[in-house]
Amino acid sequence: MLLEVNELCQRFGNSDILKDINLEVERGETFVIVGPTGSGKSTLLRLIGLLDKPASGTIRFGGREVPDSERARLELRRRIAIVFQRPAVFNTTVYDNVAYGLRIRSEKGASLRNKVARALETVGLSGYEKRNAQTLSGGETQRVALARAMVFEPELLLLDEPTANLDPLSISNVERLISQIIRDLDTTIIMSTHDMFQGQRLADRIGVMISGEMLQTGDPREIFSRPQSRSLAEFVGIENILRGVIASNEDGIVTIDTDGIPLEAISNLDPGSEVYACIRPEEVILAPAKDLTSARNTFPGEVSHIVLFGPLARVEIDCGFPLVALITKKSAEEMGLQTGSRTYAYFKATGVHIIER
Amino acid sequence: MSELADAFVTALKLIFTGDPEVWEIAARTLAISCSATFFAALISIPIACLIHFNHFKGKGTLISILQTFYAIPTVLVGLLVFIIFSRAGPLGGLGILFTPQVMVIGQVVLISPLMTGLTVSALSGVRPEIRDTAVSLGAGRFQMARTVLVEAKYATLTAVLIGFGRAISEVGLAIMVGGNIRGFTRTLTTAMSLETSMGNIELSMALGIILLSLALIVIIIPSWIQQRSSRVQQR
Repeated sequence: MLLEVNELCQRFGNSDILKDINLEVERGETFVIVGPTGSGKSTLLRLIGLLDKPASGTIRFGGREVPDSERARLELRRRIAIVFQRPAVFNTTVYDNVAYGLRIRSEKGASLRNKVARALETVGLSGYEKRNAQTLSGGETQRVALARAMVFEPELLLLDEPTANLDPLSISNVERLISQIIRDLDTTIIMSTHDMFQGQRLADRIGVMISGEMLQTGDPREIFSRPQSRSLAEFVGIENILRGVIASNEDGIVTIDTDGIPLEAISNLDPGSEVYACIRPEEVILAPAKDLTSARNTFPGEVSHIVLFGPLARVEIDCGFPLVALITKKSAEEMGLQTGSRTYAYFKATGVHIIER
Repeated sequence: MSELADAFVTALKLIFTGDPEVWEIAARTLAISCSATFFAALISIPIACLIHFNHFKGKGTLISILQTFYAIPTVLVGLLVFIIFSRAGPLGGLGILFTPQVMVIGQVVLISPLMTGLTVSALSGVRPEIRDTAVSLGAGRFQMARTVLVEAKYATLTAVLIGFGRAISEVGLAIMVGGNIRGFTRTLTTAMSLETSMGNIELSMALGIILLSLALIVIIIPSWIQQRSSRVQQR
């Protein structure tokens, strides 16, 4: 285990920024912290990077608890590198920026020159050596920051929202670069992002952080499809969240009473359990007439709003409760859906994810 | 008006014919003020770093006190240095009152608070991200301070130059502890003050032109360097 974080708390003034964070990261793993802006991701990375000291809790790095003395912390800190959300470059050449960490570690001569050249080549900035780093674009600056951090081969690389302030093209470039670093270097990476999908693309494991708490850690797909709390469900983009109580359970098929409307779902919870029923918009199927299908849930309703984006249509239906469906634009056109259209909404019992309240 | 023009022409003649006394005074002035600036920078920059990079109680107050000293009258510093180095004073035994050495000491005392305060401002002007970046790349405290100082190099240079400007232009201190001794402690400002009172307007004016030119050169060279280096960077 490279990193173990135990009951870590951070306070600024009277507000708790981090609450009892527990985290373990294996050597060689890519762990992505996903959470909305202001959830405490940067604060956590600053603590792990030994830039700040926590209010309470411990960090163990390489099996050894992080000491208090500045000298010993410096020694550990030199095995870690951080790339900040808005990387600052020193007012000097690209070469000197990338060489900084090596010079700090007393590296000189041919070995220094080779390492800098290799790092610049990796990030695709060969030939930029003599440029002043402050004249670079946002994407180039981010790449200099990555080169500068990986050049001394840190055991742990921390990336704080590496694509948050970039245009879409630079985002995909930087993402590709991060994948390449993950592949080529056997560095352990902890990265933060507010983009759930980016987390899915890059991570071995994800931790979702909301309001200073690590709500769930695990396999990206599992978190995406089976969030453990309502705020997590909202964060991963489940738009239909209905409050209800389990009315009956027959061999694992439960009927949930949501304000008088019954839903069927799969669960082993007992009747009387208070739950949230979560239905992903892409699980909802629309049809013009009531058909006999295998879907256990069918509701007639009226389209209240349609928004088109790209090849998709987001359809809001009033079925006595609001329900959002995500269908293709083509289907919406073929069915002649528009505001006020009557339609039937279907979803399977297995399409309902249940969270206990 | 024509008298003034005549005086100006005479002054230029004095300068360009290489009047030995004029040039000797100019050289001494430059030597004293440059030494004072050098030693003041040697003291002020590390102290400014200590103040800027440490958190301690009364930091704000200390900076306010330093800023108060920006405006300290030169005669007050002159009086203080005079008392300390006069025969009966604590350092009277050194016997250096009315020497160029004590003038340097006096000017160091005069400009160090100014230089320290302005260097603290210069360091504060560097974005905090630079400090974090240095630390995150493995810099120790000393390396981090050096990095931030390098980022603040132009503002720090300005602080040093403003100190130099105050040193070379002051007269009260130079007269009180230097004594305006001909061929020994006479500087451009003390000489001007004396010559003017004696009615030698031409000589005074020549000295004034030299003083102004020296100040101008010292201010222009660094900003020229800065412009040149930023042009190089843009390439």
